[in-house]
Amino acid sequence: MNYTNIEEGIVQLIKKAETELPKDVVNALKHAYEIEEGIAKIQIEAILKNIDLAKRTRRPMCQDTGIQTFFVKIGVDFPYINNLKGLITDAVKKATKEIPIRPNTVDPFTGVNHKDNTGDHIPYITWDFAEGSDVHITALPKGGGSENMSRLGMLKPGVGIDGLKDFVVEEMIKAGGNPCPPTVVGVGVGGGADLAMKLGKKALLRPVGVRHKDKIIAAVEEELIKRINDSGVGPMGLGGKTTVLDVHIEKAHRHPASLPVGIAVQCWADRRANMVIHSDGSWEVE
Amino acid sequence: MEYHFKLPVGVEEIKKLHIGDIIYVSGKIFTARDEAHHMMLESDKNSLPFDPSEMALFHCGPLMKKTNKGWQVVSAGPTTSSRMEIFEDKFIEKYGINIIIGKGGMGERTEKALQRYNAVYTAYTGGAGALAAEKVEDVPAVYWLEELGMPEAIWVFKVAEFGPLVVAIDSYGKSIYRELKNR
Repeated sequence: MNYTNIEEGIVQLIKKAETELPKDVVNALKHAYEIEEGIAKIQIEAILKNIDLAKRTRRPMCQDTGIQTFFVKIGVDFPYINNLKGLITDAVKKATKEIPIRPNTVDPFTGVNHKDNTGDHIPYITWDFAEGSDVHITALPKGGGSENMSRLGMLKPGVGIDGLKDFVVEEMIKAGGNPCPPTVVGVGVGGGADLAMKLGKKALLRPVGVRHKDKIIAAVEEELIKRINDSGVGPMGLGGKTTVLDVHIEKAHRHPASLPVGIAVQCWADRRANMVIHSDGSWEVE
Repeated sequence: MEYHFKLPVGVEEIKKLHIGDIIYVSGKIFTARDEAHHMMLESDKNSLPFDPSEMALFHCGPLMKKTNKGWQVVSAGPTTSSRMEIFEDKFIEKYGINIIIGKGGMGERTEKALQRYNAVYTAYTGGAGALAAEKVEDVPAVYWLEELGMPEAIWVFKVAEFGPLVVAIDSYGKSIYRELKNR
């Protein structure tokens, strides 16, 4: 098995995520450019120019290249499951120097920066299993400015879905320009505190413009998009029509006494890239 | 209105600026985030190896690359300014900063200091790091790189037509963010 080849594939995955935005996000930003005017339009124009420049020059679109975050779905028949964690970690170290990406891992107690984007629990990898022998990896480099606007609400079940909607709208208005709007907002509902937060983050994996398959939830998503955009916070919090590009909700069943709501916020740089690794070690980054 | 300034600027230029104006700056700017603010406030002003009053302050933790020709900027957009709110009024007073570049806005303490010391807070498009890097002509100096690491160190950039910067809080006590909140 040529492990170096797989490691190189993961470096390419990170590079793609850091330098090129998915089409769905670019299209949503182009739409925002069409409908905005004045200062808001100037902000979106700078964003679109920046995206184009980053792609052309193959450099990270934002200096905050994030905490390296991966969602991995392992085909149970993949023969090298044991090596995956090591390969991802080594690829992150290599990517830090080669792309380059900013050294972003700091020990919370000593303040020491590992300078290679690894450390305790980082890169942050979520493992999942599937049938077959392919491994699917999604890279979601997560910036600090938007992450700081994450919220957890342990709401009283009596407030119902209306209470949930108010909570999300109020928190996103309060966040103002801090998370670099127009943002993509992931909302996790139900489970416990940790699961709600996790579902919020996972909701960010869904492409912009795609609604939840449950019609009731899809309608809530649409209402939230409208209400947050009607607030007028706008691009970079400087006023305008576009505060969110999308809102995605994911749910789990909840305890009768709890209505946990986890909000994960992604800046306009909604960086996502995918790869598949086959059982023979060949791979594609898409 | 749109203005193109050579840094440093005087009170007269600052007084021309009102919220919603766009400026482009040329000259020297320096980066400072939480740690650098803290260290500079603790430091003796006269012992600093550079004069902050001649430059604009940029809330930024850049992504840099060392080459044969020295340090090069890869990506350098603004960081969230509100984190510096706890330092900024004292910082403006101590170092005579009159143009701040950041993102997301700042609070009441900074608004008051901007008014008292004739300074402005400007917003650069958050995340537009590659675009910002294109406007940096040279990196003449870096301070506290070993102690603070790449994102937190103080980097001095020589920039040309750096912008568009939106005047978001002016020297008359007006703030775009506060006006939107009140709406």
